[in-house]
Amino acid sequence: MAKPRVFDVTTLPGFTFIAILAFVLLYAPIITLVIYSFNGGDSVNQWGGFSLEWYAVAAKNEAVQDATARSLIIAVWASVISTTVATMAALGTTRRGKFTGQTMIYVIINQPLMVPEIVTAVALLIFFSSVKVATGYTGLGYLILAHSAFCIPFAYLPIKARLEGMDTAMETAAADLYATPWQTFRYVTLPLLLPGVIAGAMLAFIISLDNVIITEFVKSAGQDTLPTYMLGQLRRALTPEVNAISTALLALTVLILTVFVFVTKKRD
Amino acid sequence: MSRRKTRRSKGLDGWLLSAPALILLVLAASGPLLIVALYSFLEKGDYSGVRWILSGEGWFRVLFERDIFDQTVSLADANLSIFWRSVKLSIATTIITFGFGLPTAWFIATRPAKSRAFWLFLITIPFWTNLLIRTFAIMEVIRNQGILNTFLMHFNLISEPIQILYTDTAVLIGMTYVYLPLMVLPLYAAIDRFDFRLIEAGYDLYASRWQVLRGVILPIIKPGIIAGSILVFIPSLGAYVTPRVLGGGKNMMIGNFIELQFGQGQNWPLGAALSTVLLLVVLVSLIIYTRASSRDDSNG
Repeated sequence: MAKPRVFDVTTLPGFTFIAILAFVLLYAPIITLVIYSFNGGDSVNQWGGFSLEWYAVAAKNEAVQDATARSLIIAVWASVISTTVATMAALGTTRRGKFTGQTMIYVIINQPLMVPEIVTAVALLIFFSSVKVATGYTGLGYLILAHSAFCIPFAYLPIKARLEGMDTAMETAAADLYATPWQTFRYVTLPLLLPGVIAGAMLAFIISLDNVIITEFVKSAGQDTLPTYMLGQLRRALTPEVNAISTALLALTVLILTVFVFVTKKRD
Repeated sequence: MSRRKTRRSKGLDGWLLSAPALILLVLAASGPLLIVALYSFLEKGDYSGVRWILSGEGWFRVLFERDIFDQTVSLADANLSIFWRSVKLSIATTIITFGFGLPTAWFIATRPAKSRAFWLFLITIPFWTNLLIRTFAIMEVIRNQGILNTFLMHFNLISEPIQILYTDTAVLIGMTYVYLPLMVLPLYAAIDRFDFRLIEAGYDLYASRWQVLRGVILPIIKPGIIAGSILVFIPSLGAYVTPRVLGGGKNMMIGNFIELQFGQGQNWPLGAALSTVLLLVVLVSLIIYTRASSRDDSNG
């Protein structure tokens, strides 16, 4: 300890080694998965040269096409609906001081983050199965409704964070200049809030696109999304086709996240 | 205009604006949980579903079973071993992710400001990547013809593949892998606010590195440790995908056991009772968490 040379207080023995190891362990499996999606051979065990064969196979597969379309439709609806209601809720719960029942609102909004997904999935299975019997409707509506609900906290958090960092002076100025509350919102609050709204919508989109458990329980026959399709395809090893779909989904996630970082960074 | 609003109208606006979100959530998330609690007290239907007759059978079957011939009651060993496996694996996952997570979070927080965002981004990618894909990725690594076994056999460290897939170890490896970012992020948030001069002060007072870690760093980042542990423990306990993919049919956890009651098992009341148990355990963990973190606030 008493060495005369510069001593860095932030280093702890072994921490850097374990940290680097953690990063390697986190990425090695994902990278392997990506590499093997370009494997030309039929076997998942042997490298048969670089090829886009399995991407072509996946793209031509009608079940995959259907599942992709369904996943995207649900994710778009769920992110639009959840972001809209989450924006309203964020406006209602921030920058207006404490009010009665505020904690209650927080608890309900964040509830999907806390309750294990399997429990929500079972609950929705019970609830929607009786609604399905009662109404005869078995369309995508149930999935869109369920996804919209559990995406709300993911959309809400970045919007709330953005709002809390915003000065109310601009809105006060607008109000002083006789803008109606709607005009103030439309021309002052919303443009300032937009990065948060976009960030929230993107997170909601990813969360909806990735969902497995709730979708698996809520879907009616023939309503596979991409993740439930992949889970259904699972045998003792991954098919190269599922590998290719996984890589494509992974690429989409990384792309959205990069945009997310860009959008949320700009404000600083 | 909103400056002069009374407390009551502020609250009303708040509720009105939040109403659409709340309605959606009550309809498709919170509300149905009450139905689950209700179903746990009903009688099992002939094939699936329930009969609307009050019954404690669902709850009884959580822990006990009756012999089909002489109706003697005994503890349901199969259920108990599933509960034990779930708790054991979740605690182990929490401990191992902490072992990796603390150094990782520390490493990120002590990077220069410029590269910190990059390292943080590297943690966020797996965090947002589909859990199923990450589980598939780990499956590719540990299966018998996977890279781990191939690697070990190539260097003659083992003569035949080690069977990891479809064991508890596989589930543990998988959960540690998929939930690690959930541990790192709150720990990072806590360390990021940490005042490093305190370490200096510790060393000046002749503390060893170990004493500094135990006496200075850990107590101060405790809220982050609790948050990370809860964030890993809760999803581990309710895990479904990871044990299904990596554990095979045999090594079930509570999540798979619940699913079974709504699928082949055809015992909705039992499934509902199990779900309620899981929900209660999560609720208790959250209460402990809020208590612990609010106590920290009042102290510090």
